[in-house]
Amino acid sequence: MQLTREEERALNGKEGEAVATAYRILLAIGESTDAEKLVPVKWAHVSGVNYNTIGDSGVQFLENISKDGKFVVKTTINPMGFDPLKINSLKVKAEFIAQQNRIHNVYERMGATKSYTCIPYEVFDMPSEGTSVSFAESNAAVYANSVTHLRTNKESALSALASALTGKAPYSELRVEEMRKPDKCIRIKSELDNELDYGLLGYFAGKISNNVVGFDGINILEKMNGKALSAGIGTSGSCGMFTIGKTDNETIDFGREEAMKVKDELNTSENGDIVTLGSPQLGIDDLSLLAHMVDGKKFRKRCLIFCARAAYESATRLGYTQTIEHSGGELLCDCCTCLTPLVDRNDVDSVVTNSIKGAYYLNNSNKVGVCLKPLKEIVEQECI
Amino acid sequence: MFKTIEGNSGARMYIKCRQIVVGSGEGEALVTTQMINFLTMIDLKSGVIKDEKHELRGRSIANKMLIFPNAIGSSVGAYSVYALKMNRVAPKAMMCNKADITTASGCAIANIPLADQSNVDIFTIKSGVKVKLGENLLQVF
Repeated sequence: MQLTREEERALNGKEGEAVATAYRILLAIGESTDAEKLVPVKWAHVSGVNYNTIGDSGVQFLENISKDGKFVVKTTINPMGFDPLKINSLKVKAEFIAQQNRIHNVYERMGATKSYTCIPYEVFDMPSEGTSVSFAESNAAVYANSVTHLRTNKESALSALASALTGKAPYSELRVEEMRKPDKCIRIKSELDNELDYGLLGYFAGKISNNVVGFDGINILEKMNGKALSAGIGTSGSCGMFTIGKTDNETIDFGREEAMKVKDELNTSENGDIVTLGSPQLGIDDLSLLAHMVDGKKFRKRCLIFCARAAYESATRLGYTQTIEHSGGELLCDCCTCLTPLVDRNDVDSVVTNSIKGAYYLNNSNKVGVCLKPLKEIVEQECI
Repeated sequence: MFKTIEGNSGARMYIKCRQIVVGSGEGEALVTTQMINFLTMIDLKSGVIKDEKHELRGRSIANKMLIFPNAIGSSVGAYSVYALKMNRVAPKAMMCNKADITTASGCAIANIPLADQSNVDIFTIKSGVKVKLGENLLQVF
């Protein structure tokens, strides 16, 4: 990869340690993705915010970076570990809170917008199609490329951070028009009835395609299903984009049998002690739908609902949060199912959820059992 | 059977590759054809692969030369690579079939030599043999 003279100087430390580290990261990912050069990006969405995901060494690394690092483009950040406004009623260890506060301070010092969301595509106005951005958070990268037609690679927490510090990213892979074509096509052989089916399809597709996957058999994609599909794809592999419609590539069938196989891998419990909704976080449309579904009903068990704070605030103005809270649902902002300390295996053995991404992390990181059901069934069975 | 050519540093095989993070590292090869999610599959304190479905479950990547296709899943895996290094249980070097952004960025800040794009099938290297990576060359002893 060719660096300009200024980029070369920055790499050698002329603009400080943080920028030099950022260029070291950009150089490594540029080389690995065969980039010829760096290009400007308009927006970086950074992951590595939840203390559970970066640990003590991550906190130290970020504090070092923040000594002389400043974000030079719009930078939004992923969820943290808990809802800071409800911390008094939540069971979180003091040490976790202290470390999470250090992370909060670091991102604030560097100039991040404290969005604490994994659905930036629902919270912020989208730049025009074709704009180059740098999105870590796998579901957001897939969604941005596929539904809102921005251009990002499936960034890592560090590559998006490097873009935030420099305003640049390698011109490679999904930032290059010719590369945004499917390498595999999945032919859908059975009806996709709900968001869970789309999540299963996504998880299946992420294991099959390395780059871009085409779906033959989807005609209309509703937002909720698009989120579930993107999150499934982002969880299981390295694929960073999907397209709709038949393509000429190698074609793989996805029917009932394939869906069941994925479900068998992630569905590890027959029922759950609690319900969790979100991963990705719920947006305003999801909260509206949920409010209508649970109106006048009561959850029979604890139900944690993870949503973006911006969506929560809109939903409050529209009366949805009151309806959901009246049904017993606990709305939590700024955090999400994945790796939250709020779902602890000392307290719960298993969780009911409609999220494939949530299921993967609950099984593998939180080490609790997972019972997968679509939202409609969850409300029917877990509410009276 | 494989005669040493250059004194006791002679390798049995020299494999050309493309180094993404420079530096050299040597150690015992730990080889898998299965992809790795650094965030969820590895115990970051010990370096042991804990994922029950992974063929390397129970094996430690600490101080090894990790040979694998590429990383998958979470974008935060880059921090996990860094945590392994800080906990002194990182591999000495890594070799991918095709290095990905998560692995490359994690290795870049952890100073773990990383290479990919060799012209031979790296998965024919057997776990346990001594290997050395440096200057776009993988030496198999």
